[in-house]
Amino acid sequence: MSRRPGGRPLVPAYLSTGGVARPSRPHLERLSVLTRSGEPAPSGLPAAELALLEALDGGSLTVVEAAAHLRLPVSAVRVLAGALLDRDLVLARAPIPPAERFDPDLLKRVADGLRALKHD
Amino acid sequence: MAFAPSSTTSGMHLPDGARDLVKILVAGPFGVGKTTLIDSVSEIRPLHTEERLSEASAPVDDLDGIREKSTTTVAIDFGRVSLNGGIVLYLFGTPGQERFRSLWEDIAYGALGALVLVDSRRVDASFDVLGLVEESGLPYAVAFNAFPDAPSHYTEDQLRAALDLEPDTPMVTCDARDTNSSVDALLALVQHLIDRHPPETR
Ligand SMILES: Nc1nc2c(ncn2[C@@H]2O[C@H](COP(=O)(O)OP(=O)(O)OP(=O)(O)O)[C@@H](O)[C@H]2O)c(=O)[nH]1
Ligand SMILES: [Mg+2]
Repeated sequence: MSRRPGGRPLVPAYLSTGGVARPSRPHLERLSVLTRSGEPAPSGLPAAELALLEALDGGSLTVVEAAAHLRLPVSAVRVLAGALLDRDLVLARAPIPPAERFDPDLLKRVADGLRALKHD
Repeated sequence: MAFAPSSTTSGMHLPDGARDLVKILVAGPFGVGKTTLIDSVSEIRPLHTEERLSEASAPVDDLDGIREKSTTTVAIDFGRVSLNGGIVLYLFGTPGQERFRSLWEDIAYGALGALVLVDSRRVDASFDVLGLVEESGLPYAVAFNAFPDAPSHYTEDQLRAALDLEPDTPMVTCDARDTNSSVDALLALVQHLIDRHPPETR
């Protein structure tokens, strides 16, 4: 990275990490669930943020499904969702409740669910 | 929460009662049948995202700026199927070439495991993907897609040896166009995940 004479990088670190300014914010996974918080959209919201907000009208979407419907890369939706989270316009939750992440029972339920999909 | 979703008539949104969202990778080389398998199991028409191969930071001022294509992109398709008990299973078609490595890691994050599709007419096309799966530490099962002109003279042992599989790695044959057959292949993977439990750490 090119540096100024004073030694500071020209590009702030948070920009080089994809523009995510608050690394402390929970990581948005492809399957993180986005839901509107119910706060009305303020005027002057950037068009891309508004497009994501409107995609959440009528129900929740995962990050990856929002990206597919808006025809945006997942990385872009992460940035937009992050901005909407900062404004308290959307809520995000992890794909699986943290306590269940390594619950062996979950796998058995997946297997049972798959078996029920089969037809004769 | 003030906002109450009225109904999900479009089918685009998550079904009511969706609680546990889990994912399985359907991995393999070009043309092996990934999209076919996902389509035969998915309740939605498979969707896809366009992903940049070199993850540059995206401008966020407007949609046009974000859609601007500067680098190569690859389409990653995925399907979704609701299972009993509030589980929603996502299947991600994941290309296995070495140059997809950084994308691969992002898609694999949090996955239960991978179903690796192999075309027995060109077994070596799956070496790259098996390398990536093993490196990522994801547990996996192998499914041979039954193409009509596939050589039938290989024994299971020969195929295992050709792919250098561990003895406990499940290996099944499957017709990705058939729902039951695709579900069976996924079940072979999930059963393998259950059998290897309890691993204290993952
Ligand atoms: N006979 C047979 N044909 C299959 C099977 N699976 C896929 N095909 C056919 O093989 C072709 C390629 O399948 P796709 O599902 O598009 O393969 P893919 O892995 O998604 O390919 P890319 O997205 O290009 O990497 C299609 O014409 C399918 O109909 C199978 O199990 N048996
Ligand atoms: Mg495909």
